[in-house]
Amino acid sequence: MVTLFLYQFRSEFRKKSIFFSLLLYLVSLVFINYMALGIQNRSLAPAIWSALFWVAILSALVNAIAKSFITDKPGSTSYLYSLASPETIIVSKVLYGFMLCFGIAYSGYLFFSLWLTNPIQDTPLLLFTLLLASFGFSATLSILSAIASKTNNGTMIMAILSFPMIIGILMMSIKITKNCIDGLAREASFDELLILTSINLIAAAITFLLFPYIWRS
Amino acid sequence: MKKSWWKILAVVLLVYTIVGGLLLDVPRLMIVNESIRALYFHVPMWFGMVLMYLISVIYAIKYLRRNDPEADIASAGFAHTGLVFGFLGILTGMIWANYTWGTPWHGDPKQNGAAIATLIYLAYFILRGSLENQEQRARLSAVYAIFAFAAMIPLIFIIPRLSSSMHPGSGGNPGFNMYDLDSTMRRVFYPAVVGWILLGIWIASVRIRLINVEEKIHELEYEKNK
Repeated sequence: MVTLFLYQFRSEFRKKSIFFSLLLYLVSLVFINYMALGIQNRSLAPAIWSALFWVAILSALVNAIAKSFITDKPGSTSYLYSLASPETIIVSKVLYGFMLCFGIAYSGYLFFSLWLTNPIQDTPLLLFTLLLASFGFSATLSILSAIASKTNNGTMIMAILSFPMIIGILMMSIKITKNCIDGLAREASFDELLILTSINLIAAAITFLLFPYIWRS
Repeated sequence: MKKSWWKILAVVLLVYTIVGGLLLDVPRLMIVNESIRALYFHVPMWFGMVLMYLISVIYAIKYLRRNDPEADIASAGFAHTGLVFGFLGILTGMIWANYTWGTPWHGDPKQNGAAIATLIYLAYFILRGSLENQEQRARLSAVYAIFAFAAMIPLIFIIPRLSSSMHPGSGGNPGFNMYDLDSTMRRVFYPAVVGWILLGIWIASVRIRLINVEEKIHELEYEKNK
C-alpha cells in the first residue's frame, strides 16, 4: 500500500512535464482573467474574486485528475492491476490526487494574489477550505476519470460527467472564500464547512466502494 | 386485467386531479391567487422525479450485485422517466414563477438544484451513448448512477435549505401546511401525488418492455443473418 503510493508518486513525479504543464495552464488562465478584467481594475468585488478563483481552480483540477486514469498506458495499467487490489489502487490514486490538487490550488492562490490582488483576510480558513475541497475534488474526479477512460473520447466525457457533480463542492467553497474575504467570524462558515466535509466523506466512501466494479472491466 | 388495477387507479386519480385540481375551491391568498393550483401539478413532479431516480439507483445496485442485464435496462428506463419528470417539474415551475415572481428563472436555489440534477442525468445518458460494449456500458453507467444519486442528495435536499429562498415552504414563506388550514387542498394533493407516481412507473415499465423487445428483435435478426 505504502509502496504503491510511493510508486505512484515517483512515476508521476518523473513525468514532471505534466505538473509543470498544469501550472502553466493555470498561470495562463489567471493571466487571461487579469487581462480580461482590465489592467487598472485592481479591486474586485469579493463575490467576483471568489467565483473567478474557483472557476480557474476547477478547470485546472479537472485537467489534472483527468490525467490520473485517461493517460495511463494500457500495458502498465494491467501490470499494476495484477500486482495490487483495486482498493489499494484507488486509495493511492486519491491520495496522490489530493496532494496534486492541493499543490495546484495553492499555486493558484499565489498567482491570484500576484495579479488579481489578495483580498483574503482569514488565510488559515482559506487554506483549510483548499485542503477540504482538494480532497473532495480528488475523490470525485478520480472515479469519474476511471469511468471516462473507458470511453472513446475520454476528456470530453470527463468534463460532462464532472461539472455537475462538482457544483456542490464548488458552491460551498465559493461561499466560504467569500466569507474569508469579508473577514466574517469563523462561525459564519460553519454550516458550509460541515456540508463540505460531509460531501467529501460521501464521495470518498462511494468511490472506495464502487471502484472495484469499474476496474473489473 | 387483474394485474392492471394500478393503471386504472392511476387514470382515475389523474382524471380526478385534473378536474378537481382545476375546479375545486382553493384558499385565497395574496400574490399566489389561483396559481396555487400549480401545487397539484408541480410538486408531484419532484416527488415523482426523486422516486424514479431512487428506483433507478436500486436497480443499478442490483445490477452490480447480480450482473443481470434486465436490471440495467430497468435502471435506465427509470432514470429516463425521472428525467421527463424533472423537465416537467422545471417547466411547470417556470410557468408558475413567471406569474408569481415575474420571471421564469429567478435563480432560486431549488430551481438551480433541479437544473443541476437534470444536467447530471443528461450526462448519464451521454455516458451510456458513448459506450459500445453492452456489459461495460451497464456496469459503468450503474456506477455513475449510484454516484450521481449520492451527489444529488446534498444539492437538492441540503443546500437549498441553507440559503434563503422565495420558494414556498422555505425561508419563512408560507408553505403548503400554512395555507392549507382547512385541508381542502390535501383532498386533491395526495391523490395527485399517488396518481402521478403511478403514471411514472407505468411509463417506465412500458419503456423497459420496449427496450427488451428491441433487444430480442436484434438477437433474432442476428441469428437469422448468421
